[in-house]
Amino acid sequence: MAKSLTLLTLGRSALLFLALLIFPVLLSSPAQAETPTKLYGVITNSEGEPLSDIGISILGPDGFSSQAATNEQGLWEVPILSKGSYSITINVDDLPEGQALTNPDKGTVKANVFMLGVDLRILFPIGPGVVQSSLLERSAQLTLDGILLGLVIALAALGLSLIFGTTGLTNFAHGEILTLAGLLTYYLSAIVGLPVLAAAPLAVLLGALISGFLQDKYLWKPLRRRGTGLIAMLVISIGLAIFLRYFFLFIFGGDTRQLPQYAGQAGIELGLLSFTPKSILTTVIGILLILGATLWLLRTRMGKASRAVADNPALASASGIDVQKVIRAVWILGATLASYAGVVVTINQGVSFLMGQDMLLLIFAAVTLGGLGTANGALVGSLIIGLFVQLSTLFIPTELKYVGALIVLILILIIRPQGILGKKERIG
Amino acid sequence: MDFLFITQQTLSATIGVNTIIFALAAIGLNMHFGYTGLLNFGQAGFLAIGAYSVAVPVISFGLPLWVAFLIGIFNSVIFALLLGVPTLRLRADYLAIVTIAAAEIVRQIARSATFNSTLGGSDGITGKFGADFFALNPFKSGIDTPILRFNANDLWVVITGWSLVAFIVFIMWVMVNSPWGRLMRAIREDEDAVRSLGKNVYLYKMQSLIIGGVIGTCGGFVYALSRQSVQPDNYGTALTFFAYTVLILGGAARVFSPVIGAMIFWFLIVFIEQVLRQGVSNNLIPDWLIGANQVSQIRFMLMGLGLMLLMIYRPQGIFGDRKELALDAKA
Repeated sequence: MAKSLTLLTLGRSALLFLALLIFPVLLSSPAQAETPTKLYGVITNSEGEPLSDIGISILGPDGFSSQAATNEQGLWEVPILSKGSYSITINVDDLPEGQALTNPDKGTVKANVFMLGVDLRILFPIGPGVVQSSLLERSAQLTLDGILLGLVIALAALGLSLIFGTTGLTNFAHGEILTLAGLLTYYLSAIVGLPVLAAAPLAVLLGALISGFLQDKYLWKPLRRRGTGLIAMLVISIGLAIFLRYFFLFIFGGDTRQLPQYAGQAGIELGLLSFTPKSILTTVIGILLILGATLWLLRTRMGKASRAVADNPALASASGIDVQKVIRAVWILGATLASYAGVVVTINQGVSFLMGQDMLLLIFAAVTLGGLGTANGALVGSLIIGLFVQLSTLFIPTELKYVGALIVLILILIIRPQGILGKKERIG
Repeated sequence: MDFLFITQQTLSATIGVNTIIFALAAIGLNMHFGYTGLLNFGQAGFLAIGAYSVAVPVISFGLPLWVAFLIGIFNSVIFALLLGVPTLRLRADYLAIVTIAAAEIVRQIARSATFNSTLGGSDGITGKFGADFFALNPFKSGIDTPILRFNANDLWVVITGWSLVAFIVFIMWVMVNSPWGRLMRAIREDEDAVRSLGKNVYLYKMQSLIIGGVIGTCGGFVYALSRQSVQPDNYGTALTFFAYTVLILGGAARVFSPVIGAMIFWFLIVFIEQVLRQGVSNNLIPDWLIGANQVSQIRFMLMGLGLMLLMIYRPQGIFGDRKELALDAKA
């Protein structure tokens, strides 16, 4: 208890976390200072059957080094005598054909032993090995994935860009619109029990109402009326994003959840490509929505008015356009598109409270790349970012794919600061 | 409820290590945002560079700690140049987007398995890289009084850390009251006017970015040394946002406000957290409302809400002067 409290005092979040992990163990097995501790683990294949004769090697403090192999039950154990940091490596070559680590980068695990007498279990998750496919096949598949990702980004980016164009707000809480719609879909389908085909449109409608209409009416419109500065509004949106993100975490918990229907839909093979029916349906609807939004901008009175407001709010207002009404319409449109983007991600990959945050930087990158405040620029930028993120995994490790996209953003800003389709005077 | 414990925890945190780290991060932002009007959203990247520059050279290359500090400052200057060259000629929101992206690049590279051998992957680096620093510690034992409690190492970090903060605040005070500082404020107010006087605005903005970044990097040094460990996910965008909260809380464009802001920020956070924790563990707050592990989520929600309300109702912060910096400048 005393140890755990000192850790609290220090406020060291990482240690605190470990202490909390160890704490229940302490209660259940009173520690004897002299008792040797062991590191152990059970290695099973993807079916849960134990794997024998898998080599494990361990390096520890003061030159400690030890080897072990799993027995018939898949169990290995190594006794240790001193506290400190250990690194445990599994011999990947011992794994049978078709079996590999689920995360190939986690072949070595680090473990810190704070207290002797408490055994520490080490996990090596094993799954079916990855089948290598040809470069052409992978490029084709990644291009398709890139277009799908680009579409999701575009749906979100269009709203962000329109809102920026008409109000000047750089909305850091835009990602949370996606998360809210995703969570609503999950609740309506998994908790209320609606079929996903009914829950998804309902979630988009609720998203348009809450994230679009209500958000503008009760937060941003009063702020505009007060004459709040643009940077102040930007910071307010950051506060809102933090509040919402942790509110979602509070309500929903930290894990990624799948919808009850269509979660493990089988893929359709078509030539070089493989895709799921749900991804095709969501994509087609997404394209239709984007087309609809574009037509709205180009053809309708309100759409034209919104472009006028984006160009020059004072002049638009003077020529009889109700600027507040136009902004409200843009908020509702933007929230609808972003909510749909959240629904698409939820249907295809599941939903977590971090979904919006993970997408936000890509959305910003796409909007900046295309040219801040231009609608078609946002579409082009999204497609480029989506394709780049996916195709770059041909050359760089998958975990660094977002890094590649962000570097491209910075490079393009050096060459063409106004973005690909941006007008030069916009960069001021 | 153990009010004595809550008081001790809260007061220790108010002058504790985290306050020092956030004060340094916010002083750097004050240089960028408060005095020059640069919207740097990548301060976490500067702290990460500081933290990794202390840990990696000592652990992986066996260099002495003071060399690691020099490497950290050098890296920080390079990072500032990389950020500044493409963006400082552009409007403020471009800098915001590029800096937030760059800080995220730093974090993702640091936590990637590709560089696991030197940067430690997502687990980061834990080791005795601060041994040189703690060897100088004159305190054999910590203090444990009813109002303050630090162990020996933390006491040493706190004392050296506050000395560093005092030194940097002094330097800042000298700088912002010099002709150079007035020029910075002029850039914040009207860049074109300064340009028309024949000043190279780009160069001055770059200087501001470098100086504020190096101060943030010093915060990263303290972060890494105090914990003897570096974890990449501590340097996410949230760190930058909370540094902004600290700055705005105190009031931007005041030399002392980041320090006061950091103290108030940590006072509130730890106080609320301790009260909630005690409330939950003593069953004063029902379990269905807040579970034991949900306290920190409530804390973050309040931080977000606080930032919003602060910005809506008192954008100049506690000590800021509304006339000096109304935050209504063009984006």
